[in-house]
Amino acid sequence: MEVQGEATMFDIDRWKEIISALKKNKLRSFLTAFGVFWGIFMLIIMAGAGKGLENGITDGVGQIATNSFFLWTQRTSEPYKGLRRGRWWSYENEDVDFIRKNVPEADIVTPRLFSGGGGGTSNTVRGERTGSYYIKGDYPEWAKIDPVEVTNGRWLNNVDVMQRRKVCIIGETIFKELFDADEEPIGEYLRINGVYYQIVGVIKPISNININGRTEESIFLPFSTMQIAYNYGNQVHIFGITAKPGHSASTVEEKVMAALKERHKIAPNDVQAIGHINLEKQFKQFSSLFTGIQILTWIVGIGTLLAGVIGVSNIMLVIIKERTQEIGVMRAIGATPRKVIGQIILESVFLTTVAGYLGLFLGVLLLEGFNKILEMAAASGSQDIFIKQPEVNFTVAVACLTILIVSGAIAGYIPARRAVQIKPIDALRDE
Amino acid sequence: MITLKNLHKSYFTASNSLHVLKGISLDIHQGEFVSVMGSSGSGKSTLLNILGILDSYDKGSYHLDGKLIQNMSEKNAAKYRNETLGFIFQSFNLISFKNAMENVALPLYYQGVSRKKRNVTALEYLDKLGLLEWAEHMPNELSGGQKQRVAIARALISKPKVILADEPTGALDTQTSYEVMEILKEINQEGITIIIVTHEHDIAAMTDKIIKLRDGVIGDLIINGDLASFKKSYAKNVATL
Ligand SMILES: Nc1ncnc2c1ncn2[C@@H]1O[C@H](COP(=O)(O)OP(=O)(O)O)[C@@H](O)[C@H]1O
Ligand SMILES: [Mg+2]
Repeated sequence: MEVQGEATMFDIDRWKEIISALKKNKLRSFLTAFGVFWGIFMLIIMAGAGKGLENGITDGVGQIATNSFFLWTQRTSEPYKGLRRGRWWSYENEDVDFIRKNVPEADIVTPRLFSGGGGGTSNTVRGERTGSYYIKGDYPEWAKIDPVEVTNGRWLNNVDVMQRRKVCIIGETIFKELFDADEEPIGEYLRINGVYYQIVGVIKPISNININGRTEESIFLPFSTMQIAYNYGNQVHIFGITAKPGHSASTVEEKVMAALKERHKIAPNDVQAIGHINLEKQFKQFSSLFTGIQILTWIVGIGTLLAGVIGVSNIMLVIIKERTQEIGVMRAIGATPRKVIGQIILESVFLTTVAGYLGLFLGVLLLEGFNKILEMAAASGSQDIFIKQPEVNFTVAVACLTILIVSGAIAGYIPARRAVQIKPIDALRDE
Repeated sequence: MITLKNLHKSYFTASNSLHVLKGISLDIHQGEFVSVMGSSGSGKSTLLNILGILDSYDKGSYHLDGKLIQNMSEKNAAKYRNETLGFIFQSFNLISFKNAMENVALPLYYQGVSRKKRNVTALEYLDKLGLLEWAEHMPNELSGGQKQRVAIARALISKPKVILADEPTGALDTQTSYEVMEILKEINQEGITIIIVTHEHDIAAMTDKIIKLRDGVIGDLIINGDLASFKKSYAKNVATL
């Protein structure tokens, strides 16, 4: 016992023994190993698919401010201060400063006007070509909430708004529909609802969350220009608002809504008058969905894995039984119980680890292949792919291997204990 | 070297018990060459297994090299088997997937000797038994006599004080049997105590002391002068060599 230094894992005899023991039981070893292989393979695939879905959605959301919310107006549903229910109302320019003053936790407060839309009557004309697009009147800040990628020219600026310039930014689809591919759109004019605007930029969306219609089918005008050009008075259709760092968007939303209701004489308990969507809440829902998927993945994966490991324990039991006499000989010439148990556990760990590693490897390989296909699809312009970069992270892989080694050891320990519990002479006598 | 006092051993099965050894008292000194005889089922193997600490006994005492062998932990038993005892079996019991050299080296593996060193030592022992060129052969490529010689080399490599052999020639033809006995004799002359179980008189006749088991006790103990006549009466067989 005292001089066991060398006779460890790295002794070639040990490995020879392992290989020959497994070789003798080829089919059984294979089937058992397959159980473990399949368990880990499934775990990887499921974890990868879950992650891919998560990546797809998170990525699709892009850099949209997740602490943002949007408020629009709807008919009132409660009478209040002498005003009847069912009243139409709208926000005003003055609300911007009002919100900033009364709810200091609000960071960006940016108003928007919008009209038109895909499928409606055509509202945009360029020579012979016409189209029906979403028209949005914005401040440059809007892009801080919902960033866009400028592919040509520029985005809106403050001077555009201040001087009520007749300029517009168009989505890529509009460029494709109204221009030839080799045409330069910057400096060209579009007639939108009867008014001419000069194109100063082309953009495409980063996020696939769309507010007031698909971004790539939208035309962006300076807010002030749109308000004047189409006689909106001092109306605002929708507010995009973010919470200051350290504040919850939901709380800020409550406060802003309460303040606006107060200002516009809306009953505090009127839940219909303000239409709203809070991205923070949406993302929380998503992340609990992802957690759910992950938990499910692990339950199913570990269950499958466990079945595989129990299989390994079983085959080890059979192998040990078939080798009873051999183990008897080993013990007669001086193998201590510890040596015997160590050897059997090593065999079992070897079997599970090799099988598991193979499962891990092939699983990751498959995910990689799938990823390549997705990337190719994305490159060829397929939109709305909701799975992106299915992958398993390093932690998951390490966790899997750890589970495998530990369970392999346990799977080996049970039959090993049995092997040394019988008397050496009974082992030798075994025919 | 070995002292047994009033040793008892019974086997218990589900339905009944079988009292196999009914009080064996015995002294075997260092360097003796002893054979155990008796009819089939008389308990020869049982006795040898107890001596080899492969099996336990019920009553009495067993001292090996001055130490009482009783209720020994499997770990200690393994140590004794490894360092003090050497085993030779009727069916050779070589490990089928190890070649001759690796089989011989195995006891040293359990002592923690490095692979290189134990293989060198194993080759020395194989050489001693005239099997050097068979070192790389697997057991199934060896004849019975060769297998038994590999087993003897394996028993010798850990330099045991006692070699226990249960019918070492039982599976061999007469001539090979005699060759194996010659080897054992030589080993014995180097001072190693040897105890063999046999039911062949000519084999027993080559040892110095014959213990005959009968009805669970020692029926006859043939030594010295008696041995000479015993040997004579089986000289015929020996002469056929
Ligand atoms: N493990 C065992 N369980 C029950 N009976 C046994 C066992 N081993 C041996 N016996 C019985 O004990 C008796 C002695 O056996 P053994 O020592 O092998 O005899 P021998 O070697 O002299 O032929 C026999 O009757 C045998 O059937
Ligand atoms: Mg016998």
